[in-house]
Amino acid sequence: MLRYTLKRLLSLLVSLAVASVVIFAVIEVAPGDPASFMLGVNAQEDTLAALRAELGLDVSKTQRYFNWISGMLVGDFGTSYTYRTPVSQMIADRLWVSLPLALYALTLSTLIAFPAGIYAAARRGKPGDLTVMGATQLGIAVPNFWFAMMLVLIFAINLRWFNAGGFAGWDNGFWTGLHSLTLPAIALALPQAAILARVMRSSLLDILAEDFMRTARAKGLTRRQALWRHGVRNALIPVLTIIGLQFSFLLAGSIIIEQVFYLPGLGRLVFQAISARDLIVVESVVMLLVFAVITVNFLVDLAYAAVDPRLRSRT
Amino acid sequence: MTLYSVRTCASALALGATLLASQALAKSDITIAMQLEPPHLDPTSAAAQAIDSVVYTNIFEGLTRFMGDGSVVPGLAEGWEISDDGTVYTFTLRDGVTFHDGSTMDAEDVKFSLDRATAEDSANAQKALFAGIESVEVVDPLTVKITLSEPNGNFLFNLAWGDAVIVAPESIDDIKTNPVGTGAYTFGDWVQGDSITLNRNPNYWGEQPALETATFKFISDPTAAFSAMMAEDVDVFDNFPAPENLPQFEADPRFQVLVGSTEGETILSTNNKQAPFDDIRVRQALAHAIDRQAIIDGAMFGYGTPIGTHFAPHNPAYVDLTENSAYDPEKAKAMLAEAGFADGFETTLHLPPPSYARRGGEIIAAQLAEVGIKAEIINVEWAQWLESVFKGKEFGLTIVSHTEPMDIGIYARPEYYFQYDSTDFQALMDTLNSTTDPDERTRLMGEAQRLIADDYVNGYLFQLAKLGVAKAGVQGLWENAPTAAIDLSAISWSE
Repeated sequence: MLRYTLKRLLSLLVSLAVASVVIFAVIEVAPGDPASFMLGVNAQEDTLAALRAELGLDVSKTQRYFNWISGMLVGDFGTSYTYRTPVSQMIADRLWVSLPLALYALTLSTLIAFPAGIYAAARRGKPGDLTVMGATQLGIAVPNFWFAMMLVLIFAINLRWFNAGGFAGWDNGFWTGLHSLTLPAIALALPQAAILARVMRSSLLDILAEDFMRTARAKGLTRRQALWRHGVRNALIPVLTIIGLQFSFLLAGSIIIEQVFYLPGLGRLVFQAISARDLIVVESVVMLLVFAVITVNFLVDLAYAAVDPRLRSRT
Repeated sequence: MTLYSVRTCASALALGATLLASQALAKSDITIAMQLEPPHLDPTSAAAQAIDSVVYTNIFEGLTRFMGDGSVVPGLAEGWEISDDGTVYTFTLRDGVTFHDGSTMDAEDVKFSLDRATAEDSANAQKALFAGIESVEVVDPLTVKITLSEPNGNFLFNLAWGDAVIVAPESIDDIKTNPVGTGAYTFGDWVQGDSITLNRNPNYWGEQPALETATFKFISDPTAAFSAMMAEDVDVFDNFPAPENLPQFEADPRFQVLVGSTEGETILSTNNKQAPFDDIRVRQALAHAIDRQAIIDGAMFGYGTPIGTHFAPHNPAYVDLTENSAYDPEKAKAMLAEAGFADGFETTLHLPPPSYARRGGEIIAAQLAEVGIKAEIINVEWAQWLESVFKGKEFGLTIVSHTEPMDIGIYARPEYYFQYDSTDFQALMDTLNSTTDPDERTRLMGEAQRLIADDYVNGYLFQLAKLGVAKAGVQGLWENAPTAAIDLSAISWSE
């Protein structure tokens, strides 16, 4: 297990190093000067030069890359060009919205998908299965921002149960904060739940056809006992993979949902920073997201090994 | 969040009395939504209009200020005297004005602010406004003498810009995150990405405003803007981004729609140095190929005033020159043929993100195709636009709204991105700048408008409208936008 873990860890570090170079290069290549964006069309050349010097943009790109990386290694992400506040502070603030939102959405999607997938697999081909499969088909086909708009229309504009957007802040109490994240979490969760339910169902169906399931029945377990003791546990591997991917997606990919609900999350920060050419913010946030994705994958790999001992010796 | 808790509480009890009480409570605060979030809060070191929208006259004040109708009135200066040759301005400051940190605002602060704006390492985005200042002298704590290198008829106007507000040396270091000014509101809190809160300044030198607190909320997505307004999460939307939804608000008695004018001349900017646009006949053909009303209707849902030159129609000195470039595709074709382009030509049309450009650009490209000009549409972000179009001058055509007030002077700068180089116009601007007589200034401004219209420098499209949506009970909002500002001191709730 230790050897396996170390190997995974090494590949994690290499991926991070490669990612940092790619991110820096891609973002720096994009045209647009942060200083002239900030000072607008009437700025004079000497004013622009003064600002560039102030932002540390007057040194070479290689130098800037190493400044960025070495700062990040000690937890200093630099200072935002536009906001002039430490990037680490900004990211921390935004994570307080994005991370709970991602976890909330993931919890909802798991809570919906597990029962739905298991139910459908257990009733394969029957009306219950067909209903669940039809619903998931719809869930995958409909884009989440459309869901979001429908939710706003019904629950915010007509019923007035929720605000149409915005985040109330955790300072006003846990439930108030959670309440303001509910509509976005549902909008994010439904398409994910649809995918997850289908994976759960097909994975479980594969397992149910295995010889060991017949053996389990033969030694006297009821259908239900066999399903829960041997079926669901073995079906979890592909489901865990999807959950891992979904978490990364929810953390990084909620840009549109954050726009629709005007939530001050990471996605919106990246969006604003890209259009303002706040390069240091974009680089740091993207790097952080890559770090999150790679780490989640690493943890998922470890989780496989925990669920399926055969994997430990194989690699 | 008070609004929200008030609402649940009211619906839970479902008592008319609580409802009334909650409404009475809501009268002293307001939530104002805007599309863009300010990058920071120092109006003297960035071009972002969102900064001015939040801080102008609310937190920071200048020697003079704009009113909602565009007039310039005394601000921190009570009055002034101008020397006969027009080069020395002696300002008398208001007595008893303090900054939010309690320190006194005096002539030293004025000198500090203006010296800072003109300094070599100044980060002021409108440094040119102060270019003529030769010296700023402190005569006594309440008197400042400003000497100009040459007369400048625009000087009092220039001092009213947000870029010319008075700041204090004591609080300058963290002005970007903790602005300390002299205005009727103090900076409260900033939840980045979400909102900024301002509180009433009890020590304000002027009249106490009606609102106790104001929250600026940042909602960039047009659909979200519509939802937020409809769900009554916000009370005012300063510049509503979805004109297609306005009829719905107009029909709803809960809301009012304010349609006003801005300083934004929206133009089809033309690269005057690039062939074939260096030929005036081609530019004239371009002007006659454009149907302004179709663009206003198609891209702006009917909001906007056609213009025939680079000047705001609400300005008393405006001259209507739209006939000069009336829609006449046949004439356009004839002019093109005369210039040697009977079969048309190909060019590029760079479109920045705002909908006036993206939607308007599609329509213009179709109109130009009618007369044989094939314009390839290139969508760009602002940062790219600044780099390649504005700085690099690598473009044929582009659509931009020039939002600075009274900016016809840009036509006197041959290096400016559309590269209009006319010695006649430059001489005219020199005369205008050194003229202080109002009637003579009006005449000269009319002449300037005619000159650029007759030279068909750019395609003049329309004056950008300001589209505000507010709850029915809000009063005192600026209908027009002579500068980017949300003047809180004028706003109140009707009973």
